[in-house]
Amino acid sequence: MTNHWIDLKNSDTILIMGSNAAENHPISFKWVTKAQENGATVIHVDPRFTRTSTKADMHATLRSGTDISILGGMIKYILDNDLIFKEYVVNYTNASFIVGDDYTFEDGIFAGFDSKNKTYDKSKWAFAMDAKGNPKKDPTLKDPKCVYQMLKKHYERYTLDKIVEISGMKKADLIKLYETYAATGKSDKAGTIMYAMGWTQHTVGVQNIRSMAMIQLLLGNIGIAGGGVNALRGESNVQGSTDHCLLYHILPGYLKTPKATQQSLAAYDKVYTPISNDPKSANWWANYPKYSASLLKAMWRDQDPKDSFNYLPKLDSGSAADYSWLTLFDKMDEGQFKGLFAWGMNPACSGANSNKTRSAMTKLDWMVNVNIFPNETGWFWEGPGMDPSKIKTEVFFLPCAVSIEKEGSITNSGRWMQWRYKGPDAPNGLKPDGDLIYELMHEIQELYKKEGGAYPDPITKLSWDGIATNGVFDPHKTAKLINGFFTKDTEVKGKKFKKGDQIPSFAYLQTDGSTCSGNWLYCNSYTAKGNMAARRSLAQTEEQANIGLFPNFSWCWPVNRRILYNRASVDLKGNPWNPKKAVIKWTGPKTKWQGDIPDGGWAPGDKYAFIMRKHGFGQLFGPGRADGPFPEHYEPLECPVKSHPFSSTLHNPVALAFNDEAKAVCNPKFPLVGTTYRVAEHWQTGLMTRNCDWLTEAEPQIFVEMSTELAELRGIKNGEKVTVSSVRGTLWAVAIVTKRLKPFTIQGTVVHQVGLPWHFGWTWPKDGGDSANILTPSAGDPNTGIPETKAFMVNVSKA
Amino acid sequence: MSKTFFIDLTKCTACRGCQVACKQWKKLPAEKTENWGSHQNPKDLSGITLKLVRFNEVEEDGKIQWLFFPEQCRHCVEPPCLDAMTVPGSIVHDKETGAVVYTDLTAKEKDKEAFQASCPYDIPRINTETGMVVKCDMCIDRVKAGMLPACVATCPTGAMNFGDRDEMLALAEKSLTKAQKKYPNAELIDAESVRVVYLVQTDADSYYQFLSADASTIKKGPMTRKQFLAKLGNPIKHMTS
Repeated sequence: MTNHWIDLKNSDTILIMGSNAAENHPISFKWVTKAQENGATVIHVDPRFTRTSTKADMHATLRSGTDISILGGMIKYILDNDLIFKEYVVNYTNASFIVGDDYTFEDGIFAGFDSKNKTYDKSKWAFAMDAKGNPKKDPTLKDPKCVYQMLKKHYERYTLDKIVEISGMKKADLIKLYETYAATGKSDKAGTIMYAMGWTQHTVGVQNIRSMAMIQLLLGNIGIAGGGVNALRGESNVQGSTDHCLLYHILPGYLKTPKATQQSLAAYDKVYTPISNDPKSANWWANYPKYSASLLKAMWRDQDPKDSFNYLPKLDSGSAADYSWLTLFDKMDEGQFKGLFAWGMNPACSGANSNKTRSAMTKLDWMVNVNIFPNETGWFWEGPGMDPSKIKTEVFFLPCAVSIEKEGSITNSGRWMQWRYKGPDAPNGLKPDGDLIYELMHEIQELYKKEGGAYPDPITKLSWDGIATNGVFDPHKTAKLINGFFTKDTEVKGKKFKKGDQIPSFAYLQTDGSTCSGNWLYCNSYTAKGNMAARRSLAQTEEQANIGLFPNFSWCWPVNRRILYNRASVDLKGNPWNPKKAVIKWTGPKTKWQGDIPDGGWAPGDKYAFIMRKHGFGQLFGPGRADGPFPEHYEPLECPVKSHPFSSTLHNPVALAFNDEAKAVCNPKFPLVGTTYRVAEHWQTGLMTRNCDWLTEAEPQIFVEMSTELAELRGIKNGEKVTVSSVRGTLWAVAIVTKRLKPFTIQGTVVHQVGLPWHFGWTWPKDGGDSANILTPSAGDPNTGIPETKAFMVNVSKA
Repeated sequence: MSKTFFIDLTKCTACRGCQVACKQWKKLPAEKTENWGSHQNPKDLSGITLKLVRFNEVEEDGKIQWLFFPEQCRHCVEPPCLDAMTVPGSIVHDKETGAVVYTDLTAKEKDKEAFQASCPYDIPRINTETGMVVKCDMCIDRVKAGMLPACVATCPTGAMNFGDRDEMLALAEKSLTKAQKKYPNAELIDAESVRVVYLVQTDADSYYQFLSADASTIKKGPMTRKQFLAKLGNPIKHMTS
């Protein structure tokens, strides 16, 4: 979230799209309800009428996978009716930038397309530069090549009738949605978006989010109280795991995983350190070399970062198609992996295309499964269709302590790092994950020291005791290392520090190895003042109380800033756009900023608002994504139509897919749109909640929700068991026949949609059913590789 | 000061935190359930389910409402179930809080069905294991210790409220005025006669037939046979008790 949970109450219009917040983030509704009590309008856009819809002031339906048509139409509506927040758009977004001559967009394809490799040459999307090497701008927004005009041109195709035709949303609803949301473009109005997996799990997942980010920029809704772009995270600590980058392409603090072509730290830093020639651009990532050196120093204390850089694993490419989840299991299924650690997760149920995932596990030599309950992954060999006598995989199951049995921090959706003390001891001497990881790596180090190996240095020289005290994992020591400390006596910014002093904030990090920090974003979380995440004071100033900021409760990255991009919440003189809900305010050269921690302490107007962008502006035109600088509607890789009204390019041309796997496009065997989702009562694959009797009592079995019209067509009665099938697999589910789902009219044809939860698995309860991911395709977003589990094609029949 | 719940159904998201919190505090086991074509589960109150969120879909003129009703004992100001009591002390009507508490002695009652039959809200059930007649006891143990009932403590949206009766009735009136702007048919149910006051957004019967008392002025439609018999039986039981 750019903002945080409490901040939802400051909103005037809350759009919930791509999420079922009331069911899947119940506590969010504490603040949504407060916003409504203050007069806010809540809009829910979703294929189903859910528990969220019951509380919304307006509910509009769309066929799964057509969000960009709706959002692109909203951009057109805002521009056609000149509802943008002009001062904000001109000063804080790249609307005025001139796009280079190489950029084209023709019939659904952007410039630079390589059809053989299914990639784009992004250099074709560059801005036109002036003599000083800065983007050319036209603040009048009249130049036909400026981003504003290009945006207008791009979305002129997104007419109401076309959107209705492809999305199935009612025209009256569409207009009401646009009118209501676009009204937040006024300086004293805030609109916010609450989204989750309903937006991300598509082959256009990243562009779904970008569409909304662009709308928020056009309406001046980023940086302000009650605004922002708010991803509702599904795990209590998934924000933390993202920040610490448990993904193939990033290192802690969103640093890049190096590539094989980058043979030195200098070469690596050069690629990822942006240079701006505009003195008004803070260009914060110019500090990149300080962060990379400090991370290396945190891992290898006794080495010069220049040397330890060689210890980092290198990628051949940065492509999701080469390294992300779906590819990992594709390669595993081809026998390219020997072992797998399935740690705190249940891929046999959670990954798309479960039958393929489970088959891949049979090709392993070994698997280590760490979990709190027996699960479909560790026990895959005795699952449906498996013959244990023919499976070679050796599985080691390590039970571990649960969250309340250990000390440490979680980082919530609102980026709050919250320290948790330990409750009861884990039973039977079970250990926390930290202890298991520490002991495992310690053992590996010993083995390498004893036996050697192809390249032992990265392992033997790792400063592994940096996270342990007397040979036992130490969460405080780990948190201090994540913050970082000085590795020798140093003077920075006129302040003297001793070796071992905690670093006050990331502004003090250095490139020369005199500082270490396990994650620059968390530098400031554990300082000389102590463990900031453990703070529980509710003290606040009047300004902070006004918008529900609690700067002394826990700690928030970066540097305790509670609302990101808050420099955009004020005008060029530092006066809040909406004084009634001021986030920050400039009070003069002596007293400076009041309210939240500002995005940099510079005086107003001295620096551009979006300090993390190279040029300092919010990106309406985003030339960094894999699939185009403007979001474009493409159909899911499985869809019920042969064409769509915006171009003749049916699917995202660079989507991640495996050519040998068939997809159902207008396939009469699979005529129904399918989607997966969650319920309030279960979590993820249900492993934790299915083992909690009171929750299984409330939601005992897999179900498939369908309209009364579809049920009648298929002769299905409410509550009876039915068969749901896709190209990839088949499962049973209990039919919930409901008025809360309605058939869509798509291009003049009736299209039905059904949905299933993915919380169930064959291990427990015995009559609970299996994972809905048996149906979902191995298809993914080209930027992230996230699978398209929210829109695919199925059939339903009587069991 | 006597206590009262105010339950604002316009704010209930049916997260079922209350249903689970009740079982957790009371250490009640789960029932073996199956999906029966509804998200509501268990299907009904029972000897081990004292709080249940009921789900009902209502469609009128193409406009759908999905109504949620977290059901529990209403702790009547003048509890009709007292008339079903034949073993002294099987029901305790706590003076301080107004809680209506069924005790172990209910196991000794001869006509346990009479409790349910006497209840205008169809609440009491029999626990087949202990033989006791059971229902919500207002978490009297928690309340006497200055805590909120478990269901109220867990509610994320402010739908469930609990406190001194005059404060709750004032909150109910205030919430009703607000709710009527969005839901013209919103009303408070049986506020004078119960200690669990529901604010409904549409007619009570659309949620569940026993949301309001059959004797209530807002009751629509004829009495069920069961209700009729219960009415008929009441005075007789009263005479014999």
